[in-house]
Amino acid sequence: MPLTPVITAHWDEADSFTLDGYRRHGGYSALSKAFEMGPDAVIAAVKDSGLRGRGGAGFPTGLKWSFVPQNDGKPHYLVVNADESEPGACKDIPIMLANPHALIEGIIVASYAIRADHAFVYIRGEVPHVIRRVHAAVRQAHEAGYLGDNILGSGFNLNLVVHAGAGAYICGEETALLDSLEGRRGQPRLKPPFPAVAGLYACPTVVNNVETIANVPYIVNNGVDWFRSFGTDKSPGFKVFAVSGHVQRPGIYEAPLGTPMSELLDYAGGIREGHTLKFWLPGGSSVPMLTPEHIDLPMTYEAMAEAGSMMGTGTPMLYDDTTSVVRAVTGWLDFYKHESCGKCTPCREGNWFIHDLVHRFDTGRGERQQLKILDDVCGQIMGRSFCALGDAAATPFPAAMKYFADEFEAGTTTPSSQAFDPAASTVFNEVRA
Amino acid sequence: MALTEQTRAEMMDLAARYPQPRSALLPMLHLAQSVEGYVTPEAIVMCAEVLGLTTAEVKGVASFYTMFKDEPVGEYHIGVCINPGCGILGGDAIWDALSSDLGVGHDEVTEDGKVSLERIECQAACTHAPVLTANWEFMDNMTVESARQLVEDLREGREVISTRGPQIRDFKAQERTLSGIDDDGLSQIPATDDLMLAGLRYAKEHDMKAPDGEVI
Repeated sequence: MPLTPVITAHWDEADSFTLDGYRRHGGYSALSKAFEMGPDAVIAAVKDSGLRGRGGAGFPTGLKWSFVPQNDGKPHYLVVNADESEPGACKDIPIMLANPHALIEGIIVASYAIRADHAFVYIRGEVPHVIRRVHAAVRQAHEAGYLGDNILGSGFNLNLVVHAGAGAYICGEETALLDSLEGRRGQPRLKPPFPAVAGLYACPTVVNNVETIANVPYIVNNGVDWFRSFGTDKSPGFKVFAVSGHVQRPGIYEAPLGTPMSELLDYAGGIREGHTLKFWLPGGSSVPMLTPEHIDLPMTYEAMAEAGSMMGTGTPMLYDDTTSVVRAVTGWLDFYKHESCGKCTPCREGNWFIHDLVHRFDTGRGERQQLKILDDVCGQIMGRSFCALGDAAATPFPAAMKYFADEFEAGTTTPSSQAFDPAASTVFNEVRA
Repeated sequence: MALTEQTRAEMMDLAARYPQPRSALLPMLHLAQSVEGYVTPEAIVMCAEVLGLTTAEVKGVASFYTMFKDEPVGEYHIGVCINPGCGILGGDAIWDALSSDLGVGHDEVTEDGKVSLERIECQAACTHAPVLTANWEFMDNMTVESARQLVEDLREGREVISTRGPQIRDFKAQERTLSGIDDDGLSQIPATDDLMLAGLRYAKEHDMKAPDGEVI
């Protein structure tokens, strides 16, 4: 399938991130269309388009919007999740850097649809270059009359606040994000009630990912049929794929959903010279790893699930034959242990436990029966934690054991650094193999 | 520098941006760090006073987030991404080199107060691995050599430009940007690079594009 730049179509223009750059290609024309359609028709269009959330879970966006109760007398809120922190995910940051106005226009349309007069963009704190960019774009949009009171004479008012986080992966979980946005520790809430009913300040709230919202103006402008001409029935539309790892040309590749990984890899120039693909993850460290045998599967929510993985953030990471699977899994478990918020016992205690055990295998001190214990404890974290972080933490080890059990068995005698020279995996020490 | 009445006024300004003032607590803590370099006991008190919270409530929030420091960081706070996406591609080697060169570990500051190191998790820049941050500005596609050069340049007071455009400024100035209180004048620097444009360029070279609609 060919590449289909839409959100990324004009990023090679030096002013793509400015109001003028965006308007030059029809930017902000979806607003008046949306105001003509009316809020319910906008929700219906997004529902019919089949757009699914691009933040990881793939929940149908229009359906999420339709859960917001109307005429309930309460304020409604739209919160954009720009807390991109999933290991491997690096597509929202470039979108906000190069095309922040698509996000802002999408926010205005989405807020109008769900009848919200306050919207927030929650951006992770570690990216000042993006935070200042979005602040400036919001100011420009405000000055141009796209934000504030009576937008384009529609009678619709919207106040948009850009909010910086402060370093916590868990705030990418939507209810933890809401607690953080309320000025609390970023810990998840029990669901139900879902945010659509009781979200920010206990009012109806939609939380959507950056890329999801950036799709909205293009859907409103070009129509449902156009959007559905990309991708598959269950995974319509295009995707900003961010391809990273041991590939020749890592980067951003926007293509229809359903494009096979093998084609994306071709666009990215293939695995680096002299090496072969060993394992890959379709969308973040929280989804189960796959192997070269899965490389021709279409990148859709349904095909990835059928293969035992998930689409996740749609940001594939590929590792070549120099890479120790044990080392990679150990690194990811370090991460989840560090980021577990501590609210629930399975995740808090379980992560310390599996972290300690997997380190024994990484350093060649594992004992065979501990593989069974690791598997058991992962099983006790999975599905028993308060939020998806626990499930994510319990994912890398069992997935790796499915394909690379021998490497963990070798970890009973041999450190991963001895089995696989770490220097050979770096991108700057070209390989001595 | 100590917190002033101007800081308090700016905190109140931040609080007024939200339907409920407590939502401003994270930006307010960033603002406090922009004045004092870390979250001091005085900052906890001021945030609590502005929002009508207890100091325990504010401290409980500040201690949850890794960017809020309870002691001063270096003049240049260097983050090395050691998440496997970067770590395997070279981040681990860069960490080992810098940590041993400087004689400091995670969350530690050199004796002269110039540089502190932090093992950071994924920075959403895996396409640009290995990635470092210098007072949170990105330094993409680093090597052991370029990382050493970066630290040396910063220690010597030379101007260093982030691979994404802005100059590396001091920690406090960056925290002011994060608070969102005003425009730091750096928002209009173009920053797309070869990696962000990889797909678009490939598409143009091979005559690929999205099907017609009124594509904006």
